[in-house]
Amino acid sequence: MAGFDEMLGDNGDVRHPYRVYNSWFTDQELDHLLKKQKEAETFFRRSGITFAVYGEKEASERLIPFDILPRIISSGEWRRLAEGIEQRVVAINAFLADIYHRQEIVRAGRVPESLIRNNSAFLPWMVGFTPPKNVYTHIIGVDIVRTSENEFFVLEDNARTPSGVSYMLENRETMMQMFPTLFAVNRVRPVENYPVLLRQSLAATAPPGCDGEPTIAILTPGIHNSAYFEHSFLADQMGAELVEGTDLRVVDGRVAMRTTRGYKPIDVIYRRVDDEFLDPLTFRPESYLGVPGIMDVYRAGNITIANAPGTGIADDKAIYSYIPDIVEFYTGRKSILQNVPTRRCSEADDCKYVLEHLDELVVKEVHGSGGYGMLVGPTSSKAEREIFAEKIKANPGNYIAQPTLSLSTVPIVTEGGLAPRHVDLRPYVLVSDGVRIVPGGLTRVALKQGSLVVNSSQGGGTKDTWVLED
Amino acid sequence: MLGKTANGLFWMSRYIERAENTARLVQVGLRMALTRSSSGEDEWASLLATAGATTAFFEKHDAATAMNVVDFLIRDQENASSVLACMNAARTNARLVRTAVTREVWENVNQAWMDLHTLLRQPIREADLPYVLTDIKRDGSLIRGAFDGTMLRNEVYDFARIGTFVERADNTARILDVKYYVLLPSVAFVGSTLDNIQWESILRSVSGQRSYRWVYDANYQPANIADFLILNGRMPRSLAFSYKKIVDNLKYLNGDPDSPKACQRTAQRNMNRLHGRSVADIFEYGLHEFLTEFIEDNNRLSQEIAEDFLFV
Repeated sequence: MAGFDEMLGDNGDVRHPYRVYNSWFTDQELDHLLKKQKEAETFFRRSGITFAVYGEKEASERLIPFDILPRIISSGEWRRLAEGIEQRVVAINAFLADIYHRQEIVRAGRVPESLIRNNSAFLPWMVGFTPPKNVYTHIIGVDIVRTSENEFFVLEDNARTPSGVSYMLENRETMMQMFPTLFAVNRVRPVENYPVLLRQSLAATAPPGCDGEPTIAILTPGIHNSAYFEHSFLADQMGAELVEGTDLRVVDGRVAMRTTRGYKPIDVIYRRVDDEFLDPLTFRPESYLGVPGIMDVYRAGNITIANAPGTGIADDKAIYSYIPDIVEFYTGRKSILQNVPTRRCSEADDCKYVLEHLDELVVKEVHGSGGYGMLVGPTSSKAEREIFAEKIKANPGNYIAQPTLSLSTVPIVTEGGLAPRHVDLRPYVLVSDGVRIVPGGLTRVALKQGSLVVNSSQGGGTKDTWVLED
Repeated sequence: MLGKTANGLFWMSRYIERAENTARLVQVGLRMALTRSSSGEDEWASLLATAGATTAFFEKHDAATAMNVVDFLIRDQENASSVLACMNAARTNARLVRTAVTREVWENVNQAWMDLHTLLRQPIREADLPYVLTDIKRDGSLIRGAFDGTMLRNEVYDFARIGTFVERADNTARILDVKYYVLLPSVAFVGSTLDNIQWESILRSVSGQRSYRWVYDANYQPANIADFLILNGRMPRSLAFSYKKIVDNLKYLNGDPDSPKACQRTAQRNMNRLHGRSVADIFEYGLHEFLTEFIEDNNRLSQEIAEDFLFV
């Protein structure tokens, strides 16, 4: 399926944001570019921007492939996206505050109660509790796809712990090292202040009792986690401590980390472990990734947990289909960004339609992520569809379906020259005393010809994403 | 600083130091094997003893042939002290302390680890061994250079330095202990060619043959060699030098000079035993006994550091 190409447009004329780049590009030899491509890989390996593959030997660390051709967004396109994203994250925070308090949106009949009450991502513990500064999703990654010159859709709102921001930063770093001249002629808006903004944003949500500069720590599941590089990278860049559960304990009503001079309290914890592992006394008792008693400290208002526990309800795929209503309900305005039309298999009519049109649809598990547990209809085999049909019939509430979007393409550099590949975009959004959005984000690209799956776990790569100045 | 980070820095440095010292040891073995046709196996066996790997080695191998020992000491990841295992551990610790070290330090450790895995994918061919050893030592120098040139002199630096010198003191003491009988004045054929080669090998294993000559003139004298490696405060691999660094770095770490920690007192005690002492004294006490006690005390120090600074 040939999508809208962001570089060459519909008719093969280089589109406006790519013009300066293209005039440089046409002077380049393919061999030289392929050499640069190799160089980039060496750079990533040397920096250790790798992830361990579970169950494989230590030496077999993988890279997420990087393509040297940037994805370029004009200032006008970005303005519109940013406005839409801001509206959306404000609404999502308001929604979370509401469903963990009065549930006005349910009372108003805009979201069915059953969808909240029976949802495993809904955390009863949070009911009636207000997190510091009333912020739930301190960090959101909104996945956006494009289908034509003017059409953008939100694919999902990653409201738990969106990953990949370190790749956004390292991709830019790599590009600037390899192609400094490009940055002299293209006016690319910087992304490198993200760690500073992250720090500011987290500090702004410190608990009320914290005076002075708050102590911030990143909680990682540890060195074997596939995102460990990102955790240590962010801690390093923002000047926070990188801690594991075993470094922490509750001391005098505060969460404290074991330093060489004794235990030191923490004010804000940016946790990269899931809700259920946070506190063995409250959630999964066998978890050693979290801190026994942290939820009591949270309840007492002595620590900020980012993102707040229970935010998963907002990026649940069943709730997703209600986001346009949610945006309208809390902001009083129509949603600027469109949702992909979504059918809920929990509803009989939709379910029937889905089963009859499996070969056209993308079917996803409500709680799935990372490209696992989904069926891409048009590229699936008959056998795969039959297996999936059985799964849907067995548990319809667990599935939603969306039309297969014709994702836009951006060329990548291959041995045979430029080749169009499908992309998506994940901008990173910080919420606290205001909304901060870094101009750019992570462009993920499906490296296989024709593939629509951009997830790194499924063979996707990344590109540097440029947002141009006016 | 997190106790875990201090622990990671300490062990990162220890493993880097150990990898390099093992490479140096193998270099000595190689040289001995080239210089002497007979009793080669004894030499390789004594290297295993120095590396503290004799038992583990003979669980896997029947004979201490050159290539068996080389493979075991350099490549074998089941041997926790092999160069490769040390570099794995060093890199794992470096990942743990990524936020504490500069980008250059991390990248040099990571690069060394990647290069070593490429270099050692296949068993080492005899003809390649000298190059492999040179590479390993160069990796150590690069890491040390990056560390020295880019790290802020704060507690991060102190913990890493303490790790380096605790390991180095241990390694130098072991080298001496395995060869202690060669240094004893009572041995009858003092000054024979054999002894000269043995003595030189001891100096070589700490890259000290040239500096020895600067300090003591050309002739190898067992008492001088022992003095050089144990008591000489300007020889960077001697016990006295290592302990001076350990004591100083521990002092920087403790903000309160009036209440020294347990590990500080131990370090001071270990250093005092080297201070104002003569080689004659040590020989009289018994070189082997002296070294055995030293190695034990050094281990104890390592444990006390871990306890005093809440490593775990």
